[in-house]
Amino acid sequence: MAYSEKLIDHFEHPRNVGALDKNDPGVGTGLVGAPACGDVMKLQIKVNAEGIIEDAKFKTFGCGSAIASSSLVTEWVKGKTVDEAATIKNTDIAKHLALPPVKIHCSVLAEDAIKAAIEDYRKKRA
Amino acid sequence: MNTAVMTASAERSNAPKKPIYLDYQATTPMDPRVLDAMMPYFTEKFGNPHSRNHEFGWEAEEAVETARRQIAEVIAADEREIVFTSGATESNNLAIAGVAHFYKDQRDHIVTLATEHKCVLDTCRHLEQEGFKVTYLPVKQDGLVDLAELEKAITEKTVLVSVMAANNEIGVIQPLAEIGALCRAKGAFFHTDCAQAYGKIPLDVDAMKIDLMSISGHKIYGPKGIGALFVRRKPRVRLQAMIHGGGQERGMRSGTLPTPLCVGLGKAAEIAKNEMAAESARLLKLRDRFMKAINGKLPEVFLNGDLTHRLPGNLNLSFAYVEGEGLMMGIKDLCVSSGSACTSASLEPSYVLRALGVEEELAHTSLRIGFGRFTTEAEVDYAAERIIEAVSKLRSMSPLWEMAQEGIDIKSIQWAAH
Repeated sequence: MAYSEKLIDHFEHPRNVGALDKNDPGVGTGLVGAPACGDVMKLQIKVNAEGIIEDAKFKTFGCGSAIASSSLVTEWVKGKTVDEAATIKNTDIAKHLALPPVKIHCSVLAEDAIKAAIEDYRKKRA
Repeated sequence: MNTAVMTASAERSNAPKKPIYLDYQATTPMDPRVLDAMMPYFTEKFGNPHSRNHEFGWEAEEAVETARRQIAEVIAADEREIVFTSGATESNNLAIAGVAHFYKDQRDHIVTLATEHKCVLDTCRHLEQEGFKVTYLPVKQDGLVDLAELEKAITEKTVLVSVMAANNEIGVIQPLAEIGALCRAKGAFFHTDCAQAYGKIPLDVDAMKIDLMSISGHKIYGPKGIGALFVRRKPRVRLQAMIHGGGQERGMRSGTLPTPLCVGLGKAAEIAKNEMAAESARLLKLRDRFMKAINGKLPEVFLNGDLTHRLPGNLNLSFAYVEGEGLMMGIKDLCVSSGSACTSASLEPSYVLRALGVEEELAHTSLRIGFGRFTTEAEVDYAAERIIEAVSKLRSMSPLWEMAQEGIDIKSIQWAAH
């Protein structure tokens, strides 16, 4: 299977790997997927007082496409408002990385991870 | 020559050539000695081995019969018991369906293992649709058959027991002599798929009471597209042919024999027999060296399948917390294969690992690493180094590894299966 250059670049040089303090009230954490299915993504966002996502970190257990998808979304959410980040679609991720059809679920998981992180952040703020 | 050039060439001679092939259970490169033996039979010695009336035919026939003898000698069989086929898949089909169909009025039950190769399992499934009964025995955690369970499964209606010698994924070697004795005592034929074992470990069809054995060319440094089936003559095993025609191969497999391929399989068999002991010892040494390097640097690496009853060139390892396909992408100059679902068309991880009771999360982290005739010490060292590096990097970015380090039990989390 031939992967796109963008995908390979994200896999080999993943952006924003790491963890944020999950107890920080400005941090939202999303954990999606399942080990038994072969992929788990943890995506964290740090939202500042203006409602802008100023930092994002991820850790992913999964194939190259899953790692690249999560790396890409950490780049995309940074600088966006929470509402803007919530509009990121899996199809955009799949298109940007030129995911082959069997890997579309990786982009779905990345979208789910953003949504879960935002939900966690909003729950904390409520 | 200046120093810079000398240093560069010295480096080149020490570093292994990439990519490095470590997938010898998938296929093997042809040994150049095999190719040399085959070459004349493509061009000047092109005769049809079944042409009985002229020099070209006789020459080809003699070559084919020499190959038949070379193949038989590896397993202490008679050359008249060797039937050429297109490969182990055809041999397995012919052995299982052929015997089942021939004896269907007397016996209609087949016993096999859950960890057999797909071509054995699929043939059995097909026979089930025709009305045959099939028992798929589970294996123990080490991948080996439980002999007491096997004995219980064989009834007076059992026509055939099909148990592979060495597994293609985990390399474990089944107790063939014990299985053969059980089958003989109960009057069932014993077929063994030896695609992975033939030429790699000592096999003796009489001592092991084997009635049918499948053999593959391309797993033993021979050509692709050729295999053989050993069919016992005393006591005689009968089978219904699947390919009909001119009645070649004593009516069991019609079609003109591909002389160059037969010659190649024969030569590959001869080399395998002559070099088996030395090659096994060499591969064991390489495997130990590799495992020592891995275990010295990486915690939580698990071997799938028994270590002692195992092909010397096979390893199947689970690198916990690192997904197999992701790992393969991280070691792209090493050619291995994975039990992870991501590398196969189906969404399930390896059915062989699942049959061993390996949990799905660990099955997704497995790699099959195969060493063979052309694997060097430098390649093994390089492979271990690359794998250690990639696993360490991927673990540092794995949420599961992070949880494990924090003492969180991954099983305690409510995962949403997707």
